Amino acid sequence: MTGTGGEERPRGRAPYLLALPTWVILGVFFLVPLVLVLVVSFAERGTYGGIKPIENLTTHITSGAFLGNYLRSFDPLYLKIFWRSLWLAVVTTLACLVISYPIAYWIAVLAPARFKNLLLGLVVVPFWTSFLIRTYAWMLILRSEGLVNTVLTSLGLISQPLDLLYHEPAVLLGLIYGELPFMILPLYASLEKLDLSLIDAAQDLGASPVASFFRVTVPMTMPGILAGVVLVFIPSLGQFVVSDLLGGAKSVLVGNLIQNQFSVARNKPFGAALAFELMAVVLLLLLLYAYHARKSGKETLL
Amino acid sequence: MLETIRPFPTPEALNEVTTTSVEISRVTKRFADTVAVDEVSLAIRRGEFFSLLGPSGCGKTTLLRMIGGFEFPSSGTISINGRDVTRDPPYRRPVNMVFQHYALFPHLDVADNIAFGLRYSDLPKADWAARIRESLELVRLAGFEARLPHQLSGGQRQRVALARALAVKPEVLLLDEPLGALDQKLRKEVQVELKSLQRRLGITFIFVTHDQEEALTMSDRIAVMNAGKVEQLDTSAQVFEQPTSEFVARFMGASNFFTATVSAIADGFLSLASLGGSFRVAHSGHALEHDDKVSFVVRPEKLDLRGRDLSAHGVPSIPVTIEDRVYQGVATEWRVRDDTGRGYVVYEQNERPFSEAAKFEIGHRAFLCWSPRHTVVLGEAPE
Repeated sequence: MTGTGGEERPRGRAPYLLALPTWVILGVFFLVPLVLVLVVSFAERGTYGGIKPIENLTTHITSGAFLGNYLRSFDPLYLKIFWRSLWLAVVTTLACLVISYPIAYWIAVLAPARFKNLLLGLVVVPFWTSFLIRTYAWMLILRSEGLVNTVLTSLGLISQPLDLLYHEPAVLLGLIYGELPFMILPLYASLEKLDLSLIDAAQDLGASPVASFFRVTVPMTMPGILAGVVLVFIPSLGQFVVSDLLGGAKSVLVGNLIQNQFSVARNKPFGAALAFELMAVVLLLLLLYAYHARKSGKETLL
Repeated sequence: MLETIRPFPTPEALNEVTTTSVEISRVTKRFADTVAVDEVSLAIRRGEFFSLLGPSGCGKTTLLRMIGGFEFPSSGTISINGRDVTRDPPYRRPVNMVFQHYALFPHLDVADNIAFGLRYSDLPKADWAARIRESLELVRLAGFEARLPHQLSGGQRQRVALARALAVKPEVLLLDEPLGALDQKLRKEVQVELKSLQRRLGITFIFVTHDQEEALTMSDRIAVMNAGKVEQLDTSAQVFEQPTSEFVARFMGASNFFTATVSAIADGFLSLASLGGSFRVAHSGHALEHDDKVSFVVRPEKLDLRGRDLSAHGVPSIPVTIEDRVYQGVATEWRVRDDTGRGYVVYEQNERPFSEAAKFEIGHRAFLCWSPRHTVVLGEAPE
């Protein structure tokens, strides 16, 4: 067809074909597993830990049995675990933000230019070792005959070793330690781009250093702050290695709960349902953020 | 009925001591291994348009930033309206700055940018809107309150920056090359606007620039800076017509340098023996003796090309060869060279009456002449 004056559109299937690799990768590694988990979450546990074959799909749906796992997850026991995980994730995120901002500010703004790459390198270096090993290292540091207690005892500051490991503070410490670089890096990227003459301008107009920090520096680095918050909050909500190793049996987070369903408890359908609920919570929070960001007319990360 | 018109201040009136607005005494600023500002003392008068002029790296911006409080002097003191502010941070000084790249807050609209400073002033919140409107009217941007900085053109941003600084009613306004990012035509307009704004408001303006024309257009007085020191401090006309050093002369575009020998000193006159014959100039107080070698300068537009030697009439005339001629519309620029190999630039208005220059072609011989009173003696010539 020959249009008169209209712009020529790209013809044929070429654009779709070009997007194909993306779709294949997304499909194989993301959509298919996701659908599998979703399907499993509607099933029931088999006697020996497998998945019980559904005899009659219609009655399974009409009787509401397919929602059994989801209903079970609203048991106060599980809600408490969920709430605690959420709480720990929030505290971890805030702590990371408060600790990382001065570090990122120092590297991006105050440190001499020739040291910047070295300092950034130091932030990244821990990634060269497996997170599991680094968490074991914390066990060595915190246990009753570990580094902290040995030093404090030999200094005569304490007579009895402190009970540091296998408590919530140890879990929090491990979480903060593990997520710190994910907060520092986006903050650094934001602060690095900060136009310092804006701070001069703020102080020129009468703002004290504290006021200019909150009225100029923070708003200007908001994209970095939000990126860091998202990058830290999501993984810490699903964490299970840290609480497993540093929290002992006492500290069960939703991540541990899910992991347990797939391993010890051999209840894959329940684990799948819990995993989906966790995802739903994260998605909901991200949507809230996106909605808020759009309403205030700012750039979004999503 | 004729109204009395306030006359423009004469240079003499400007030289009268009025109240000092900013007093800089023996200020030095050292960075790691360089001296950016070297023992500078300046007294800037209340209500004057004062320019710090010099090439990049001469210390003018550092000096301005020390007045603003963004840098502290290594030694010396700065006082504003008689109060020592040497160690005060920017937010405790009655000065405001228009930054080189405007430094508007990109996350705030025009009204909030202007309101930023009002928050820290005594102005009650109820009066903010009126003050914002007043400031925007001053820079002819009324109605732009809700725009974000990225929705403005360069010229508009520059005016918002000006409005923001003026909104808090500073006693001294600092301007750090604020016209540098504007195109030539807009610059000319803004120069005129800035000058008239300053005259109307009566605020002391301290303007930093590397553009001599810009400084001449706007300033009451100019401090020409070089390598951390003030080379000359004078009214615009004085700096232009009577440079006191080779550096200032060059910076002001007077590129014709000559040397001569003092043949006599008498009755307030110097007799100079030069390549172009002997002539007499007023002795302006340089410590000179008989037989001293002096260097002097003549501006390109004060030079003239003649067909015959006028030295017998007391008009210096140097034989030269014409090397180039560039027609520039209003004027023609000639490049000539004397027999010792020294080059000169002659700038002659086109179609000027009695001009002989028009008849010369490239390669012709001519005489480079000037009126002795346009000779600016710089002092003893360096060996």
